Amino acid sequence: MKTLSLSSRNFKEIYRDPLTISLGLALPVLLMILFSSIFKRAQVEIFSPTLLTPGVLIFSFSFIIMFSSVLISKDKENSFLTRLFTTPLKPSHFILAYMLPYIPFALTQTLICILTGVFLGADFQNILPVLGIFFLISFTCICMGVTLGALLSVNQVSAVGSLLITVISLFSGAWMDLHMVGGLFETIGYALPFAHAIDAAKILLRGGETTGIMKNLFPVIAYTVVFFFTAILSFRKTIKRG
Amino acid sequence: MQNKAAISAKELTKHFGSRKAVQHVSFDIKQGEIFSLLGTNGAGKTTTIKMLCCLLKPTSGNAQIMGNPINQGTMKIKRIIGVSPQETAIAGHLNTRENLILMGGVHGLSQKESKKKAHQLMDLMELEDRRDQARKLSGGLQRRLSIAMALMSDPQILFLDEPTLGLDPHARKSVWNYIEKLKGEKTILLTTHYLEEADSLADRIAIMNKSKIIEMGTSSELKKKYNTRQTLNIKTNNITTKEIEMLQQKGMDVLQTPSGIEITGNNPDFYTLVDILRSGNVKIEAIHMPEPTLDDVFIQLTGKEAQP
Repeated sequence: MKTLSLSSRNFKEIYRDPLTISLGLALPVLLMILFSSIFKRAQVEIFSPTLLTPGVLIFSFSFIIMFSSVLISKDKENSFLTRLFTTPLKPSHFILAYMLPYIPFALTQTLICILTGVFLGADFQNILPVLGIFFLISFTCICMGVTLGALLSVNQVSAVGSLLITVISLFSGAWMDLHMVGGLFETIGYALPFAHAIDAAKILLRGGETTGIMKNLFPVIAYTVVFFFTAILSFRKTIKRG
Repeated sequence: MQNKAAISAKELTKHFGSRKAVQHVSFDIKQGEIFSLLGTNGAGKTTTIKMLCCLLKPTSGNAQIMGNPINQGTMKIKRIIGVSPQETAIAGHLNTRENLILMGGVHGLSQKESKKKAHQLMDLMELEDRRDQARKLSGGLQRRLSIAMALMSDPQILFLDEPTLGLDPHARKSVWNYIEKLKGEKTILLTTHYLEEADSLADRIAIMNKSKIIEMGTSSELKKKYNTRQTLNIKTNNITTKEIEMLQQKGMDVLQTPSGIEITGNNPDFYTLVDILRSGNVKIEAIHMPEPTLDDVFIQLTGKEAQP
């Protein structure tokens, strides 16, 4: 009940913020329409609706990092969290309440991007395991957001959040094939989970076997686990600091 | 109701690295009492409250809230306190009712109980049930909402950290009225740097300076103890330099004002004063002796003004 009360408040904060809705839900649709119109003229395969959808979706998940971290750091800054720390809420209530509302948000993003892809002519295969990958990577983003929000101030979060969105955009392979770029760019890209998630989703969406994505799946799972614990530890640290 | 200690602090001390934020603070607050910690910014008031609310662990010393030690089993304490922090600390995208229901929920009240309590508090604090998001409310309304949020769990003890900070005098007075409604019902620890606030609301006042409590008592006790310098305003229009010099020779601080003179001193000799004025045929139109204020006590104790 206590978790539900706080997560319901956080849910309302997300959905009543026009910036969250426009950047998190409307922008991916715009990007998909834009790039698929490029595909129609230039036939660049990476911009085909089937291959474009995972990239745009994971890019849109990067905004979750920003939204969740800003919500927590703002709650710290205006002492709303201080008020909550004086109530009988336990650390687990806080962590769950700040994570749960972003799950339906990420699911909405996923649904919107997939439907837009279908509308633009994509032919998706293996949609269920792909949803699993999207869930893992969106959860990683939520955990990253909680970590940043717990540790940084609003100003720091805005700067670091923007930087992360840029990094994810450049190094995830959403807009280009990292193997073709090669070198350090490729190394950095595959040291992060995003390019792996996009590659795995692309393989599956084109009808590939689940066994073919294992080398991509492990880094994604590893990052999810690491950031889940990082989020818990950093939030506990914030609670300790009062 | 006012007999048992609701809050008892013994030698509370908090250091942040080498900075001594609170040093050896001790006091007892009786049940139903409004107790004010008065001091300038950085005096240690908020840190003291944070320790009592179990937000910060004391470096040394201890305190008990309704008999529960703050350094063990904080959940017991969190169930019986309500806190309104220095910042308004409201959920900006929620409206007034939603903010209150949220606080009921996090305290474990059912939705039905929360709604009922929210309705009662909105009546008490005269908060309108508007659809407007709380971030769009005026500063005064936000403060009242903040206090109402602290009351949602029907706490035995209420901590109000600078409840009128940044409000205009009218809004401040209105918040005081709401706090006064709680007098006797709740034990309230209020921090402020507005002297009139402490003077008007608190049963007892502790003055904090440089992380220590330097004096404690009721407002009248403090005024009586520290206001030995008295001021006398004499309205006259024919006093000359000769009489002023004679008064000064008798050790009185004399200041010429547009309406006459103002005399300040430690127990000035009124017989001598009257004799000197009579000898010069000074016509006294009115004499006024202003009531001592907490301001004078504060300045005397800390050497500085309380308000920023």
